[in-house]
This record gives sequence, structure tokens and C-alpha cells, in this order.
Amino acid sequence: MTYLITQTLNGLFSAALLFLIASGLTLAFGVMKIVNIAHGSFYMLGVYIAYTVILRTQSLLLGAAAAIVVVSALGFVMQRFFLRRFGNDPLAQMMMTMGFALLFRDATLMIWGGDPFTLQYPGWLRGSMEAGDVVFPYYRLFVIVVAALVGVALWAINEKTLLGARLRATVDDPEMASAMGINVTLLSGLVFAAGAGLAAFGGVMGGPILGGYAGLDFDLLPLAFVVVIVGGMGSLKGAFVGSLVVGMIDNYGKALVPELSYFTLFAPMILVLALKPTGLYGRA
Amino acid sequence: MKRTILAIALVCAAAIAFAQTPERPPIKIGFMVPLSGANAQNGRDILNGFLLLLEEAGYQAGGRRIQLIVEDDEGIPAVGLTKARKLVERDQVHMMGGPLLASSAYAIAPYIHAQQIPMVYPVASGDDLTQRRRSKWIVRTGYTSSQPNHPFGEYAYHTLGHRRIATIALDYAFGWESVGGFERTFLEQGGQITKKLWVPLSVHDFAPYLAQVSRDLDAVYVLFIGRTALQFLRQYQEYGLKDRVPVIGMGTTTDEHVLPAMGDEAIGVTTALHYSGALDTPANRTFSAAYRARFKRVPSYYSESMYSGGKWLLTAIEALKGNVENRDVLLDAIRQAQPTGLPRGPVTIDEYGNPVENIYVRRVERVNGVLQNTVIATLPNVSQFWKYNPVDYLKQPLYAR
Repeated sequence: MTYLITQTLNGLFSAALLFLIASGLTLAFGVMKIVNIAHGSFYMLGVYIAYTVILRTQSLLLGAAAAIVVVSALGFVMQRFFLRRFGNDPLAQMMMTMGFALLFRDATLMIWGGDPFTLQYPGWLRGSMEAGDVVFPYYRLFVIVVAALVGVALWAINEKTLLGARLRATVDDPEMASAMGINVTLLSGLVFAAGAGLAAFGGVMGGPILGGYAGLDFDLLPLAFVVVIVGGMGSLKGAFVGSLVVGMIDNYGKALVPELSYFTLFAPMILVLALKPTGLYGRA
Repeated sequence: MKRTILAIALVCAAAIAFAQTPERPPIKIGFMVPLSGANAQNGRDILNGFLLLLEEAGYQAGGRRIQLIVEDDEGIPAVGLTKARKLVERDQVHMMGGPLLASSAYAIAPYIHAQQIPMVYPVASGDDLTQRRRSKWIVRTGYTSSQPNHPFGEYAYHTLGHRRIATIALDYAFGWESVGGFERTFLEQGGQITKKLWVPLSVHDFAPYLAQVSRDLDAVYVLFIGRTALQFLRQYQEYGLKDRVPVIGMGTTTDEHVLPAMGDEAIGVTTALHYSGALDTPANRTFSAAYRARFKRVPSYYSESMYSGGKWLLTAIEALKGNVENRDVLLDAIRQAQPTGLPRGPVTIDEYGNPVENIYVRRVERVNGVLQNTVIATLPNVSQFWKYNPVDYLKQPLYAR
């Protein structure tokens, strides 16, 4: 029982982190059909920027704010001045994001060097909750709650606001939305920037546990893609459910059959693709 | 007449002067490590150690200038092979040093063997590089993965008094060979290994493994490196295990390449390796001070690796008075070189091309506010075959999962 509770909590933490990364990826895909290979780089840049700010200010909050602002701006510029030039050519866009990913990777190495680091826990979240034999760190609980709040906020924006309505219209039919007077180009830039910012925020949230290091970008990218493919590309609900499914399966897979941990991670993806190629909540 | 004599004298003087400065072309040393990608910093540390050595020697040995040609192998075996070809065929180097990763080391070994280029391997620790798949052209100046772990298995049983241990290690050859060496001697003494967990290289979140660490164990043996070491020890403490089950393991887990980024979670971790930045000998104090002054970093075992490894090359060049053109003679000179004053202590090379050297048991302590690997025991003259007969040893299969 202890084992089940602990591993489920661990799975929830994985899911929380995955959701922060994958939601931005799926949003960008939904609106622009961009398969963003540089999404892992946004996550990585988030950690590094936060690290620099936290070294000077000792504040995780300021670090997170700086990471979100800088990386969102970067995402906006990237979309506005580069990706948009390839309007309807997804392959060219993908290759361009790939190029950016390599660029970010080398730039990170040049600016920050290759030494790994972790961010400090905020003081009030140090330590672990202990109930009987179940031990669970407070900070991980905090990340689960934060990710849930982000999920609710995204849902509310998408479903309850005018911006969300425009967003949904654009996802459904960009040409028609444009004809109805929605500024699709601006909206695309904003969504891409928001996705980048979310990934950076995910990086900061994961920072005290996973830290930052050279190669972080491409370590996390496959996980985010598995989530998005299982959940359905472009669907926020899909990203939510996909994160839970992948987080749980990955965690239990590693715990029960560690030798097969790659298999247990990718098996659900293959299964979903075989049965429902658009993903759980995706549209054809 | 006078004039003629003067003219002859001048010609002679010129001839002598000419003969005295036979500016021989420089000796070319090819060197490859990853300088980009995930292992760039470790590669940089290895290179820095070599640069320090060459600077101290004034880029001169045996009366000849030394030209260092550095290539980035990116940590990718195929790239490493291409770069090795470039160094040998285009640059026509006399000798080589590198690489970092065992995968690259295995990939270039057949080529080095075929081309007959004397090469030192300062770091790559795959056991078979100097065992079942050795080449006489490759002299390892580092260690084999199992080498520190054979004596450490006995030390853990007798001195640390551990009886029941679980292992958590990275799931690749470095992990298998290290755990294999530890397991062999620990079991021979009568110890018990209750569980062996293998962690994929891509893992960040160790929670699923930590939940399986039983709290009644005497210790957990771990093998991590770089960011995985940092993440693991941090999360080990996070889950409240640090105060209940002590961590022992392979020296890379607390090596100085990652130790400065760690916090209190590393204190007390006891590991084995052939070097410690905190080794308190005159040679290491001198090296450490020079390295810090030059590169503003604490030397790690990577930094020391090619500072020492390079000494085999320089000693051989000195012994040959710079005449390194004959490769067989050069190889013999490298194998017979006995450089002294190495930061890690005395080393001899066995007939298989691997060092016999001290293994240090180190415990992480905070001294003057800085974490260091304090040496708590020196296990002298450890061979890659430990106490076993090399011939019998090599009949057994390589350590695997």
C-alpha cells in the first residue's frame, strides 16, 4: 500500500512536469501545425536564465518571472521573423526549429559552460512530508498543485474568454477565422510565445530536482512528444490526459520492470497510434 | 693569404653555426575529446590538464618543439573515428591522446591498431580495452571500470562493515563493469547484494528507484556521473534516505567535476577512485594550485588524467632525445617510461598496457566551507586483475548486467 501511494505520487509529479512542457507544444501545433523541435530548448533556457537570476537575487519567483519573459520574447521573435516565412510548409518549419534547437544548445554551452547545476529549493518547501512509511517531498507536492492550477487557468482561457474562442476558431479553420476578422498572424505569434513561456516555467519548476545541464533539451523533448501524440496533437485536454497516462506508466514501468523502461514509455504511444492515429483527443 | 684564411674561417664558422641549429620539425601530438555536446565540460577538463603540462614544459621535449593538434570528437564514436583519421592521415601526427568515452575509445581502437600510432587513453575505462580486446599500440594511463571496485568491495565488507547492500547504477558498460567488480569481491567476502537496479542514461527523476530502497540495508552502492550524480544525491536526500541508508559507490559520483555544484546531500558519501582533488601529497598540492591558478577551477580526475597521461608521452620523447619517427621504438619508450611526481601517486604500466596504481577511498567532507573528497584510506598497487591470475581472469567473460 505504501508502495502504491508513493509511486502514484511520484507519477503525479512526473505528469505535472510533463503537462507544463507538453501544453505549450500542443498549443503551438494546434494553431500553426508547427512540430517544434526547439521546445525542449525553451525548457532548458528557462532553467539557465532562472539560474542566473537566482544567483543574484536568491528568489525563485524572480527567476521564474525572468525565464518566462525572456523565453516568451524569444519564442515570439522566432515565430514572427523566421517560422512565419514558411507559412504552410510544415517540413521547412520543422527543420528551422531543429536549427534553432542546435543554435540554442551551442549558445547555452558558450554562455554557461557545460557544468550541471540544480536550483535551490525555496526555503519554505524544504523537507518531506512523512505519513507512516510514505515519504514525499513538499516541493514535489507544490509542483503538482502549480501544474494543476496552470491547467485550470489554460482551460478557463480556452473555454471562457473571447481570446479562447478566437483561438479555438483558428485551430478549427485558420482561413475562415481570418476571414471573420481574427488576426491569425498575431494570435499565432502570441500562442507560440505563450507555449515557449510555459516550457520555460516548466524548466524552473523542475529546476530544484532535475537542474540544468548540457543535453537537457533533447532529453526531455521525446517525453513531451509522447505526451502530445498520446493525447492528440493540438488538444489541451489531450495534453492533460496524456501527461497523466505517460507520467503514471513511465513511473510504474521504471519501478516494476526497470530493464524495460524505454519499452513501457513508448508502448502506449504505439498502441494509441495503432488504434486511434489522431491520439485520444485529436482530430483528423 | 690573410684574406683567404679569413674567408675559410668565416665559411667554417657559418657551417658550424648552421650545423648547430638543425631546426628539426616539431613533434606533432594529436588529441581528441568532446568539446561540444553533453560531455563538453569533461572533455575540456582533460584538455586543460594537458595544456597545463605542455605549458610547464614550454611546448618542448627532447630538444624539439611540440605541436598540439586538438580535435572535437563530439562524444560520438563515428565522429571520433573521422577525427582520428584526420589526425593520422592529414596531420600525420607522431602520437595521440584521448578520448573521453569508452564508446569512442572502442570505435577508434581498431584503426589506431591498424595504423600503428602510439596512443595514450587517459580516461576511457572500458575493461576490455586493456584486457580481451587490447592493442599494443594503446597504453591506458587511466584505469579500468572494475579496478577501483575490486578492492572497494573488500573494504566495504571489512572496514565499513557492510553486509547487505543494494546497487543503483547507470545501465551501460561503465555501470555493469563497476558494479560487477564490486559485487565479485563483496560476495567473495560473504556480503549480500539484495537488489541491483539499472537506471537508463536518460533518467532525471529517480523517484521510482528510490521508492524501492529498503530502509534496513547497510548501504546503497551507486554509480553516477555528471548531472545524474547531482540529481541522484539531491533526490536521495529529498526522500529522507540520506540519514537512514549510507551511500557508497564509484568515485565519479562525487568527482570534482560535479562536487562544487552539490550541497550537504553529498556529505558522508564514500567512494573509490585512483585520484582525489584533496589528495594531500606535495605533488598533488603543486598540481592543484597550478591548475586552480590557470583555469579557476578545482581539478577533477579528468583534469589530472591527461596531465599525468601526457607525462608518459613527454618522458618517452625525452628518452629518445626527440627522435620519435620510428614508431616501434616510440611505443617501447612510452611503455617503458616511468614518469615520476604524478599528482595521483606512483604508477606503473602492466604488460597489458594498464596502470597499477593506488586506489583511494574518499569521503565527502566540508572543509573551510567547500566540499572535498577527503582520502580516508589508500589501497596501494592495485592491478586491473586485483589478486587474480591474469590468465584465468581473462578466461572469464566481461562483467555484464
